[in-house]
This record gives sequence, structure tokens and C-alpha cells, in this order.
Amino acid sequence: MTAPAVSVKGLTKVFDGKTVVDAVDMDVPTGAIYGFLGPNGSGKTTTIRLMCGLLTPDGGEGRTLGFDIRKDARRIKENVGYMTQKFSLYGDLTIRENLDFMARMYRLPKRKKVVAETIRGLGLEGRGNQLAGTLSGGWKQRLALAAAMQHKPRLLLLDEPTAGVDPKARRDFWDEIRRLSKRGVTVLVSTHYMDEAIQCDYIAYIAYGKKLIDGPAADIPARVGLHTWRVDGPELIALEDALLPRTAVEQVARFGAQLHVSGTDEEALAKVVIEMKKKHPEHHWEKKRAELEEAFIYLMATAADNFGPNGKAKT
Amino acid sequence: MSLFSLARFGAVLFKEFVQMRRDRMTFGMMIGIPILQLVLFGFAINNDPRNLPTLIELNDPSPVARAVISGMDTSDYFEFNGFVFGPEEGDRALRDGTANFVVVIPPDFERDVVRGLSPDILVAADASDPTAVGSAVAALGGIVERAIAQTLDGPLQSVAGRPPPFSMVVHKQFNPEGETSTNIVPGLLAVILAMTMVLITAIAIVRETEKGTMETLIATPVRPIEVMLGKILPYVLIGYVQTLVFLIAAKVLFDVPFTGSRVAFFVGFNIYVVVNLALGFLISTLVRTQMQAMQASFMTILPTILLSGFMFPFAGMPGWAQAIGTAIPATHFLRIVRKVMLKGAELADIAADLRAMVIIGSVIVLISLLRYRQTLD
Repeated sequence: MTAPAVSVKGLTKVFDGKTVVDAVDMDVPTGAIYGFLGPNGSGKTTTIRLMCGLLTPDGGEGRTLGFDIRKDARRIKENVGYMTQKFSLYGDLTIRENLDFMARMYRLPKRKKVVAETIRGLGLEGRGNQLAGTLSGGWKQRLALAAAMQHKPRLLLLDEPTAGVDPKARRDFWDEIRRLSKRGVTVLVSTHYMDEAIQCDYIAYIAYGKKLIDGPAADIPARVGLHTWRVDGPELIALEDALLPRTAVEQVARFGAQLHVSGTDEEALAKVVIEMKKKHPEHHWEKKRAELEEAFIYLMATAADNFGPNGKAKT
Repeated sequence: MSLFSLARFGAVLFKEFVQMRRDRMTFGMMIGIPILQLVLFGFAINNDPRNLPTLIELNDPSPVARAVISGMDTSDYFEFNGFVFGPEEGDRALRDGTANFVVVIPPDFERDVVRGLSPDILVAADASDPTAVGSAVAALGGIVERAIAQTLDGPLQSVAGRPPPFSMVVHKQFNPEGETSTNIVPGLLAVILAMTMVLITAIAIVRETEKGTMETLIATPVRPIEVMLGKILPYVLIGYVQTLVFLIAAKVLFDVPFTGSRVAFFVGFNIYVVVNLALGFLISTLVRTQMQAMQASFMTILPTILLSGFMFPFAGMPGWAQAIGTAIPATHFLRIVRKVMLKGAELADIAADLRAMVIIGSVIVLISLLRYRQTLD
């Protein structure tokens, strides 16, 4: 096993007396696509900024690509590609000028050639002189990604790269991320979208600055410990209303024309299902394996409700 | 369907007030600017300034001469600060701004008055600011006549009542025609530079933060000093261009002379530009948006125009206003420009102004560096 690309321990950051990142331990394996999930304001952006040396931690320590995040911020910056949440290239510069500027920042040799290659790689030949500000949302993100990759970093930190981008552009964007991952680039990506989380090899979930769970994506549902039944049939809204008051039913989520009914207590949930089957024979119930989707909805809901100061984190 | 819904109108109105209250900066400006203007225009600005610093070259310490001086002194227009010995000392005092007037009482003044020779009292006035000295000069004749009338008794009775036994010769220096443009134009340079340098620098830096590009920038290996110098230098060049255009326009359009040392001007100019850029930088560390940067810069422009001595004579302002004015960089650069362009000043004549600008600049740089550290984290 090679050393992890990012390894932090007890990472803590306080802004104006508010602990934004609270003792976060995290290991991002080299070469992985690592999904970083959590609600808005949970500290994802701050954690990423700490990892790439943009902020100095108030507590804890860590290494990114083997460099100390406190002392070697400059070395980290040289080897990391960072893409911010908001489009943050210069809207009043052209595509080529933006890429050229970024190439200069990293003092890349043969700058002209590198920039020309980047533009070709983007499929934007002939549009190099277009102002970056006039690009569509999806193209802006692809340009920003290309700019962050120009100096061939070994680690890519993406902070909600696809927020506000249409589904087609999001798919293209993820194709690109997977391509980069195959080339050996480690990718740490924060996101809100479930369909993006599913594409990650590893996942960490953070809320209120605390890491609640992390591990290989395939292990997450089992670790959350949900049991799920799938039900379809008529009048699902009425059924949902009937299910929700039951303590065994911790979560009812709609997936297309079906409901996924989940709970952590397998037996109690099964009893409810039997009872419901008797009352409404027109519904078709089927036990299914809990997937990431249910796990995340569960995590998000409980994070908002229960994870107070002494939250019942399941790790 | 009604054409106008009072409820909707009320909702918009209410929302607007809420937003106004949230935007502290604008709210502060709305209250602050009228008060500031009221105070400055109402109290600080005086187009008929009194207590103008005056020096005397007393070549005949006689009772009559003293009567003339005390007459001037009690008029409030002139404030006698001391004596000079010889014309050179008087000239220097006028040039470096220590005095607005130098009154020269000629030798054997009293004797000549008694003999009816009508000697001349020379009043050398610094007319580079015509507003400041104008009313004092106008009042001069009457003041002296009244003062002298009481003294002319005993042996001098014979000359009393007749036309004045001596004449006042006012010698307006540096701007003999009393042209307002000669005074205003050099001052404009200080104001124009302050306006553009502070505003442009503040906006250029805040724009990066506001648009989020600063984050991309500092995520690269670039060093803060590289960013700062790279961002500020273009504006220094703009300052050079502005000044060049200004100097040409002053000569061609307004016929304002440039009589002093180019080196003195160059040194003063560069320090002034740096101080203004530092001020712009300081503002950029205090605000979040370009809009706020604009408002904050505007806040600094008002006192620059009103309290620096640009628009209204510095000497005419009350003490507290002069104290504020002294802390404004434009006040000192304005003096430098006027001294160099109009009074033919050399480097030594503007030393005090340079020192003041360096002190102001150092304070600004110190504060902004302290602020900058915080904004990085």
C-alpha cells in the first residue's frame, strides 16, 4: 500500500468562536475517487481549504501528498489542483488568457504549447479568444477543471464542482473525473448529489464540522445499518402517511413510483410490514438490500435532527 | 382587478427599509455624509479667514511703527508670530508656508512720517492662495489708518487728519494677478490622484475577493507579495500618466507656471502615490464588495476636498478641522505642489510636508498589514 494522498488527524478550525471543523480524521487513499458529503455549512469547504494549505488549522495535523499542511503549504499548492465552488477564473479574460495566466502561476515550461493542448483537450479549438465569462455553466466548470489540471497535479480537490450545472454537463464532468482517476490522479470531491456520491470509491460524511462516517462506498450502507423494504402499488401517499407515525419506520423515501421504507430495527420493521400487508393487500412489498441512497437520506435526516453536541455518530 | 395594490406597494416599501437597515455601510453613509458636510461647510470652512500667520521685519522700533503693528494685530486678520531679519529670511518664510504675510517696516520710519515724506510699509503677501490673503489685504488700509490716528498726537499732531502720512505697498508674491486657477489647478492634482488612486486600488483588490478569483489565485504557489506588487504597479503607472497629462494641461490650458525643483516634485509625487495606494489597499481589507469599496473611498474624498486646503483656505479653519486636515495626505501634497509650481520651492522647502506624508503613509501601511494577515485566514 502506498501512503495515503491526504491524511489528517484531529483537524480543527475555529472561526469567531464557532468550531467549523471539529477534530476530523480522514485518509484519502492514493488513486481513489473520494466523495466528501454533507449538508450546506457542514465544513466541507473549510476542510478542503485546510488540506491544501489555504487555511492554517487551529488544531490537529495532517499531510497532503506527504507534505505537512502547516509548514509546506507552498509545496502542497504546487502539486495540488484546486477547483472552487464558484467559477473563479477571470470572466473578463479570454479562455486562452485564463489558461495562460494559470500556467504562469505554476511557472510551467513551454507555456504556449501546454495552453494549446489544454484548449484542444477541451475541444475548444477556435474559441480560445472567447471571454470566459460568456461560457455556459457546464463549460465554465470544464474550463476550471482543465485550468486546475494544467500543471498535472497528483491530487485534485474539487469543491462542489457541479453545483448548478445541468445533468448532461454533470455527466460529462464525471466522465472526465473518472478518466483522470484512471491516469492515477487522486480526486477528492465534495458534493450534494446522491448520483455523484454513488460514483465514488470512498465516502466520508460530515455534518456540523464532525465526521460521522467514512469508508469504502460499498461498506457504507451496512455500517449505517438500515433495513429496507420496497413497496409499490396504488395510493402510495396515503400509505406514506400511515407509515410515518410508526417508530419502527425511520424513513420513507420515494424512488420513482415506489417507496423505500427503512428502519434500523429489522424485526420491528418486519412486523409493521406484515400489518400493512393485511390492511392493504393491493400493495406489493419486497425486502431489498439497503443501498447508498437510503443510507444518505438517513444520514442527512438524522444529521439535521439528532447530531447535536453528543451526536450518535455511527462509525 | 385593481391597478395598484397598496398591500404589494407596502410590502416592497417594507422590504426596502429592511434591506437598507441590513446594509450598514450605505445606511451609515446616508446619515454620515449629510452630518459631515454640515459640519465641514458650516464650521470648518471660512472664506474670510482670520489669524493668518504674519512675520515682521522691523527696521525701526519706534512707537508709530509699533502702533501700525498692533493695529494689524488687533484686527484679527493678522497674527504676528515673530520677527525676521533681512529680506531673505522673509522670502523663505513665505515660500515654505511658515507665514502668509511679511510686513516690512523701513528704517527711519517714524522720522520720515514726521518729516511728511510718506514712507512705504511693504506687505509681502503669499498670493498663491488668493482667497486666503484677499480679504486681509482689502482690509489692510482701513485698519492701519484707524490704528495710527490715535497715536498721532503731541509732536505728530501736524500730520494727523491729512492724507495718510505713509503708504502701504502690498506686494503679492507667487500669483500677482490673484488668479484663482493658478491656485486651484495645482491643488487639483492632489485631489485627482487621491480620488483615482484610492478608489481604483481598493476596487481592483476587492474585485478578486468578490468574484472568488482570489481563492483560485492563492491556491496557486503565488506569493502574496507577488500578487500585491503585480496588482498595484499598473496603478502607479496610471498615476504617472495622470500627472503627466495634468502638468501639460496646467501649462497649456491654464498657463500655470512650474517654477520650482523638478526633483522636489518627483520625490513628493512618488511618496504621495504610494500613500494613496496604501490607503486603497487598507480600504480593500475593510470591505467585502466593490460597491462598499466605492462608498468607503468616497468617504475619504470628502475630507480630502474640504479639509486639505484645496477648496478653502487651510489657515481659515478652526483648530480641530486643521488637526483632521493635517492627517490627510492630500493636505501635504497640495502644499508641495503649490510650493514647487508657484513658489519655486526646492527639496529643502518641502521637507516638513514630505515628513508628514511619510508618517501618515507608515501608519496606513502598518494598519493594513495587520488587517491583511487576518483576511488570509
